[in-house]
Amino acid sequence: MTDLERRLSRLTPGGARPPVLPTADVSYALHHTPVGTLLLASAGGRVVASSFGDEETMTNRLAQAISPRVLRQPGALDDVRRQLDEYLTGQRKTFELSVDLVLATPFQRLVLNDLPDHTSYGRTTTYGQVAGEIDRPKAARAVGTALGANPLCIVIPCHRVIGASGALTGYAGGLDAKRFLLNLESKS
Amino acid sequence: MVSEKVKLPPFQALVDDHWRDVARLARALAGPVDGDDVAQRAWEKAFAAYPNLTSARNLRSWLLTITTRCATDLHRARKPQTPLDDAPPIAVDGPDAADWPDPDLWQAVKDLPERQRVAVTLKYVGDLDHHGVAAALDTTPAASRRLVSDALATLRTKLGVNHD
Repeated sequence: MTDLERRLSRLTPGGARPPVLPTADVSYALHHTPVGTLLLASAGGRVVASSFGDEETMTNRLAQAISPRVLRQPGALDDVRRQLDEYLTGQRKTFELSVDLVLATPFQRLVLNDLPDHTSYGRTTTYGQVAGEIDRPKAARAVGTALGANPLCIVIPCHRVIGASGALTGYAGGLDAKRFLLNLESKS
Repeated sequence: MVSEKVKLPPFQALVDDHWRDVARLARALAGPVDGDDVAQRAWEKAFAAYPNLTSARNLRSWLLTITTRCATDLHRARKPQTPLDDAPPIAVDGPDAADWPDPDLWQAVKDLPERQRVAVTLKYVGDLDHHGVAAALDTTPAASRRLVSDALATLRTKLGVNHD
């Protein structure tokens, strides 16, 4: 590259701002909580993600499943963030949110859809019991896998499902997060 | 809403990766004040068109092409009777050239014929290859080479620099 070409490549000054864009088909926010950073997303007024997954992976999943017009627009998630914060400080026991399990498979939807009815605040259930509730009594392991893929962590309370032995077994946000949530519910 | 064949990345990734490049190119094409408006318009157009894209390749080049067309639209809107090839040097408003990092060069680029100015800006500010420049200008890579070569020759003469 000649000196003139180098000068051309530095022709304009910086200082511009990122663009301002309309409300996206999928809006998301990264929300920092005591149990870790959650990626929250909504589409068409419904919550589609509350996930411990990383930003790149989750936004790509949302782009493929819903629309590629995915933007970081925290304002669209204000109500979700407020309700989560209230829950995480013991001031809320249920969520008043419309959800859409668009990121879940049909079997995951079967497991997750009615989970709030199969569990209650402050009480745990087991993978086997959930399997029984959905008339798949032998599918405890598959239920565990479906719960592990819950795209709406905390909002759909998969943390309330534990092993038959009482062991916490696993959680997308890590066992410390699961323990925190169960302790929170047992105290409140 | 999503094409079965094209896996487009989330639009936020395009914004994060390329907004600075779009802003720099828009300013270089339309000047310090109109440049920011051109960049904003380019992003709005890209956002509207994005779900219908048939390829996820060369998204940066696609964005810079939209930016170029927005700058050209603005220029034509201000001089509606003038064909692009014969357009006089762009009349940029806003701060004096002395406010820019290389005011002599900025003035010399502004004074280039329109297509040479756009081509040389896409090549060096936009860092596009001649295929990308050609796509943005609806021409061939060979024509892009000529435009850039002619622009460099004019700039060297005007600025009194050697072909080093």
